[in-house]
Amino acid sequence: MIQLNNIHKSYNLKTNPLHVLKGINLSIEEGEMVAIMGASGSGKSTLLNILGMLDEADSGTYTLDDTPIVQLSETKAAQYRNKFLGFVFQSFNLISYKTALENVSLPLYYQKIPRKERLIKAKENLDKVGLGERIDHVPSELSGGEKQRVAIARALASEPKVLLADEPTGALDTKTSYDLMALIQEINEQGKTMVVITHEHDIANMCKRIVHLRDGVIVEDKKIKQVKAKDHVE
Amino acid sequence: MWNRDRWVEIFETLSKNKLRASLSGFTIAMGIFIFVTLYGFGNGLKNAFNQFFLDDATNTLWVYGGQTSKPYKGFKSRRNIEFDNEDLDQLATDFAYFIEGVTPRITRAGEVSYKTESNSYSVRAVGPVHQDIEKSLVYSGRYINQSDVKDYTKNAVIGRLVAKDLFKYEDPLGKHVIINDVAFKVVGVFSDEGGDNEERMVYIPYTTQQRLLGGSEEIDQIILTFRPEIGYAGALQLESNIMKFLKRKHSIDPEDPAGIFIRNVASDLKQNQDFASILQYIVTFVGLGTLIAGVIGISNIMVYVVRERTKELGIRKAIGATPKSIIGMILHESIFITTIAGYTGLFVGVGTLVLIGDNLEDFFIVDPQIHIGTAIFATILLIVFGAVAGYVPAKRAARIKPIIALRDE
Repeated sequence: MIQLNNIHKSYNLKTNPLHVLKGINLSIEEGEMVAIMGASGSGKSTLLNILGMLDEADSGTYTLDDTPIVQLSETKAAQYRNKFLGFVFQSFNLISYKTALENVSLPLYYQKIPRKERLIKAKENLDKVGLGERIDHVPSELSGGEKQRVAIARALASEPKVLLADEPTGALDTKTSYDLMALIQEINEQGKTMVVITHEHDIANMCKRIVHLRDGVIVEDKKIKQVKAKDHVE
Repeated sequence: MWNRDRWVEIFETLSKNKLRASLSGFTIAMGIFIFVTLYGFGNGLKNAFNQFFLDDATNTLWVYGGQTSKPYKGFKSRRNIEFDNEDLDQLATDFAYFIEGVTPRITRAGEVSYKTESNSYSVRAVGPVHQDIEKSLVYSGRYINQSDVKDYTKNAVIGRLVAKDLFKYEDPLGKHVIINDVAFKVVGVFSDEGGDNEERMVYIPYTTQQRLLGGSEEIDQIILTFRPEIGYAGALQLESNIMKFLKRKHSIDPEDPAGIFIRNVASDLKQNQDFASILQYIVTFVGLGTLIAGVIGISNIMVYVVRERTKELGIRKAIGATPKSIIGMILHESIFITTIAGYTGLFVGVGTLVLIGDNLEDFFIVDPQIHIGTAIFATILLIVFGAVAGYVPAKRAARIKPIIALRDE
């Protein structure tokens, strides 16, 4: 599903260039659930941005679902993001003045899906994350966990190949985090490829594979025995 | 443009950001409103100026005799110059190519009576052309005509208020009035836009008056109308030629500033029109300034709007909005607001002008109006500039990377 080959990325700061990614090689199969771990500054956010086509690598190749991601125009990148990827951010990034239903239907609007169909699909996805009853609430009326569920529903709405989650539980308490991870695991069980960026070990252990990043290189890449989040939810 | 989803999206955004929408709308509406009312006031001022000249023809020269100030060809100075019928005839033939008509005017006070009613009025002894000069509107009967002049008839044309004073509700046509002890038959009644004084006049044939005054051929003043085609420069030239002609005929020193005076209504009018035009320029300038201020206002609001929405735009980009759709959305929104607000300002402005109407006549603002084409042009101008003002920040916002936008907390 995802092939990264010798990815390099540096940022030109005022004095000296900062080399953030120093040759990343990574291959992720369909249906995998991968945790990318690392301390802050290890380059994990940059890696996610490159995976998410929010940023471009200086060198190296990136193939997503057999499509080479290279030299994308803004428009092309937007279309690929819409088609291939779903994003879940630490700070939710919902549009504040739109209701849960409208937020979830927004990616479908950009896929030019007719309004009626859009709203039906959005409702289905909200049902899937257990928020079927709260579709008319704006983000400020939802709890943190609910907001993140809306974000997940939104990411799923466009039926992406891969779900990219950047510290999805970073702003949530432990119990809510585990609830959310249970949901993410469930979605993964249905076959969706997942990449979760986190620095928390318990969250990482709920994935099926952990990639450890330090100073811009992969120092460890191992398959693990997945901890079921459901078991920790009282 | 006609995509229903886009409209729904815009209405949702606007209805949930009412303050922002109404602020930017208010700026536009205000700009157009001020432009429309100012421009209308400018036109009102111009109308007031034109009105001073409306009731009389403007292609006229008025020739008066005066007192010479220099001796010439054996004549002493301080000689009174008087015109007579011969001057009139010679002017009419010698300048026939430039002149439309010429008439004398001999004005005397007259005690006019009908039955028991009596009053004093100005009696003007004139020729037929005089009607065009005063723009007298004969609504009953006829004006003094050429055969009245030729036959010394005792016919009179009276003003509307004279008729009202003397005849009350009676029809004056064909009745006889006594003017300074002589009976005249009323052959016409006229009205005049120049006001009440103009309608308290009595006109009689000048030849009749000359005979009644003892058979002289003297006339007080000569009024002539020239062909409008000769234009302003032609009128000035004609004025100077007539001056030369009359000075030669009456043996007046060509250098004598007195002796004969000519009032050229065309040049009076031109000066006033020039003044009114300058006023109009000033008003237009102020109006344009208002429009520019409006445009700057929209630009600022658009910059602010885009700044405020940076994060939202980043989210939209992350979930698949193309740069084109971002620019389209912002432009569509700004054009929608400016159009609605612009035309609101336009209608309120025009409505205000209509309400003001002639209420400000005392301040020399008569019938303030704006040409609807000008108003719509100004509104479209503002809409276009609003779009341009929105385009620049929208373009920048569309190019911003989603990660940077998302980091923008």
